[in-house]
Amino acid sequence: MPSYNSMILGALSLCAISVSYPATAQSAPVPDSITLNENGKQFKPFSFDHAKHIQLIKECADCHHHTTGTLVLNPNCVKCHQNSSPTEVVSCKGCHSSSPFSPETLAAKRADKQRYHLDKMGLKGAMHQGCIGCHSKQGAGPVGCEECHPLTTQGEAFFSTARKGMKPAKGEGHH
Amino acid sequence: MKRRNFLKACLIGGTTIALGKTNKGWAAGSFEGYPEAMGVLVDTTRCIGCRSCEAACNKEQNLPEPDTSFNDNSVFQEDRRPTAKAYTVVNAYQKNQPGGPVYRKVQCNHCNEPACLTSCFVNAYTKTKEGAVIYNPDVCVGCRNCMIACPFNVPGYDYESVTNPVVKKCILCYDTRLKVGKPPACVEICPQEALTFGHRADLIKVAHERIRANPERYVDHVYGEKELGGTSWLYLAPTDFDKIGFDTTLGNDPIISNVKDFLGMVPMVLSIWPALFSGIHLLSKHDAEGHGHDTENTEEDR
Repeated sequence: MPSYNSMILGALSLCAISVSYPATAQSAPVPDSITLNENGKQFKPFSFDHAKHIQLIKECADCHHHTTGTLVLNPNCVKCHQNSSPTEVVSCKGCHSSSPFSPETLAAKRADKQRYHLDKMGLKGAMHQGCIGCHSKQGAGPVGCEECHPLTTQGEAFFSTARKGMKPAKGEGHH
Repeated sequence: MKRRNFLKACLIGGTTIALGKTNKGWAAGSFEGYPEAMGVLVDTTRCIGCRSCEAACNKEQNLPEPDTSFNDNSVFQEDRRPTAKAYTVVNAYQKNQPGGPVYRKVQCNHCNEPACLTSCFVNAYTKTKEGAVIYNPDVCVGCRNCMIACPFNVPGYDYESVTNPVVKKCILCYDTRLKVGKPPACVEICPQEALTFGHRADLIKVAHERIRANPERYVDHVYGEKELGGTSWLYLAPTDFDKIGFDTTLGNDPIISNVKDFLGMVPMVLSIWPALFSGIHLLSKHDAEGHGHDTENTEEDR
């Protein structure tokens, strides 16, 4: 078993831990900041400024889909979620599995013939696509790996960063 | 009708039937893949070119250190192909166009009917029921027919050892992961979930559903669903596949269809022909003894 398996599993257990609640917390506590990638092995944990994103975006549903905020407008989602009530769990990991391709997850998906969301993203994919997707679209915010989470020593070894900029050996590897 | 004419007619008729059968009989019943085969759906619209998959593959398969680091983006300047040192590479296309670049991960596509397997005369290749095309270096003689046969230019050759020839390519992490139901290392590491692991049959449905739900995001084609009889790796793309490095001229017939007819005739030639021609020879000899010269026969025929 390669050692980085555990690193990946660690990296997968992303979301929400160190949380400071605003003074005016209402029914559901809304965190101001969330530590992401907390158990990351290749990349360091980092703080996500939730409060700033609330200020900038204002619309909770842009990230949280139909679980909170105003109702969704996506025509595909509206078919079922037009009148969906806000859900109790709104965190990413509440819906997005950290092991989307495990034998258990795949088996459960196959067994449930009624399930519509067969293509639901895993936690890691949902977070990266959510962040990078929006940042790219808005032309604002980090999109590179290390702009959010710098590499750890272990990560540097994983990506063989010591060899950066080395010239590929001529006359080998191709054809 | 004389015996000679009868024999001629038999021979011509028999050959016609045999040839007719090769076209239909042997070509029919093409293999559509194992029902429980797994696969990977690559969504090129999601890939951000981080090359984590290359790094994960390198570590999982204990490959040598790369020529340059896995976060060196200068590699995108050239169009790379998998080698014995790197079973998967990510290439960039449409670099200076709006919406670009588009990244494509390249590795063995794990064909339902692999050409490498077809071309190998020592049976070094196996298509497992899980969908992986694996390779047995113990029986390989290093002829490299598989490298020529592969329509995707995938197998790499390890020149390091003269005495122990080894062809190297992606094996879908068969030994360490797929066998026990786990996704390959590249899929597990992918931050964008550009790689989706699952049963091939399910992935085809997922792929078409993504196209249906986002028609503006994708071209309406799933590369690998039908190409060359189908592959375990499937691709979605935001633009025509030939513009991002895919060979769209391969057709839907597996490579083996090109040689099935010919190979199907080999047992027939080896078993039937000796008996048939011995018989003809004996009969003609008998004929010659009984009736004397050819000229007499010719007269009889008239």
